[in-house]
Amino acid sequence: MAALLSSATAQPLVKYVVTGDAIPDSLTGSPGDAARGRAIVTNRQKGLCLLCHTGPFAEERFQGDLAPSLAGAGSRWTEGQLRLRIVDSRRVTPSTIMPSYYRIDGLTRVGAAWRDRPVLSAAEIEDVVAFLKTLRE
Amino acid sequence: MIRLVLPAALLATGFALAADIPANERRSGFDFMSSSTQQMQRDDTLNPAMLWVAEGEAQWSEAPAAAAKSCASCHGDAVGSMRGVAARYPAFDERRQKPVDLQQRINLCRETHQQQPALAAESRPLLGLAAYIGLQSRGLPVSPPQDARLQPARSRGAALFNTAMGQLNFSCAQCHNDNWGHRLAGSPIPQAHPTGYPIYRLEWQGMGSLQRRLRNCMTGVRAEPLPYGADELVELELYLNSRAAGMTVETPAVRP
Ligand code: HEC
Ligand code: HEC
Repeated sequence: MAALLSSATAQPLVKYVVTGDAIPDSLTGSPGDAARGRAIVTNRQKGLCLLCHTGPFAEERFQGDLAPSLAGAGSRWTEGQLRLRIVDSRRVTPSTIMPSYYRIDGLTRVGAAWRDRPVLSAAEIEDVVAFLKTLRE
Repeated sequence: MIRLVLPAALLATGFALAADIPANERRSGFDFMSSSTQQMQRDDTLNPAMLWVAEGEAQWSEAPAAAAKSCASCHGDAVGSMRGVAARYPAFDERRQKPVDLQQRINLCRETHQQQPALAAESRPLLGLAAYIGLQSRGLPVSPPQDARLQPARSRGAALFNTAMGQLNFSCAQCHNDNWGHRLAGSPIPQAHPTGYPIYRLEWQGMGSLQRRLRNCMTGVRAEPLPYGADELVELELYLNSRAAGMTVETPAVRP
């Protein structure tokens, strides 16, 4: 299954191709930076990941328990599978509560400050994917 | 999606039990708090909301202007006349031909019977009066009116509760029906029963209304919060009250 996704709204998203349950290719055409990715994942205003997930972040208090631990995510999933799970998790599991981080269509009542932009940019998603790949155990 | 609208029969009884959280599993936000915060709510000498209550009590019998009547001059002693009132709001207002919540009711009295301008949303005097009137229902069951005219608005509230919104695209139900008891970062997610409003919230370091709480949750999912007084907020309040029917009023509650 391959699908193209594009958007007609103000800030067009980068087009990407979904193959199976993965987006094999980098959204930016180049690999992300794992250190920047870690900073995004642990930032509660940016990545928001620890609102729901726990993970190997000893210094972070108040991790959520709504979702599986991120520990070992990099050995459970390929890079392309991780990318789709961040970009549009609802495409993998329609009922999931995990937000779609790279999607601007089909939303209701989005706050003015957030309108027409995805939660993370294409480059930030690549950073997060690069970081998750380092979580081997 | 069965939970989009509550069965009409349940709504009509006025004892509408939560369609999704079984009645015997319903729990107040109080139950999710630390014991020290619970203690603060239990003990009126520790509960900061009692300051607002005291101010509200004073306003009750004060004339707001030289020629104007006080609340007490129409309603007498609130301890008797206001007993059970907060437990049944929002209620249908004849003049406006729509549901109004308790704070809107207070402002309607100000405008029509006291010829005074409405008190601003979240202002100290409005929260004080609401807390003082609310206290007169403490310990009573939440009792939504059996009024068929409320039903369309209540169903709209139920639909909104189940509508995903904001950049993060969550519905109220996804957190409060499906994930209550889990932790969102450090905070346990309660079931969203409006049993204690207005509340003293430690995070706010002050008092706030149910509408303030609902707007906070909307901002949390990066949705555009509905403006204070919006019909949709009253509709949500109406739905939440029917969902909490029979639970005990705690006003004025403390929340983290
Ligand atoms: C509001 C909740 C929430 C947020 C925020 C969230 N997730 Fe998730 N995530 C989930 C849930 C729930 C699952 C479980 C799978 C499902 O429901 O599809 C999941 C699954 C995952 C998985 C697959 C887990 C596995 O190993 O099986 C990864 C990887 C992941 N999330 C990464 C992230 C990252 C990185 C972020 C932040 C950029 C994030 N999540 C933010 C709720 C969330
Ligand atoms: C992403 C999760 C989430 C969503 C979505 C959400 N809430 Fe909440 N809600 C919370 C949390 C967590 C609290 C507890 C207060 C806190 O710590 O922020 C709360 C508190 C409440 C309370 C107060 C309960 C009490 O005991 O005082 C009410 C009422 C409420 N929410 C209603 C709603 C409504 C209505 C919506 C939709 C417009 C909504 N919530 C959407 C997480 C959420």
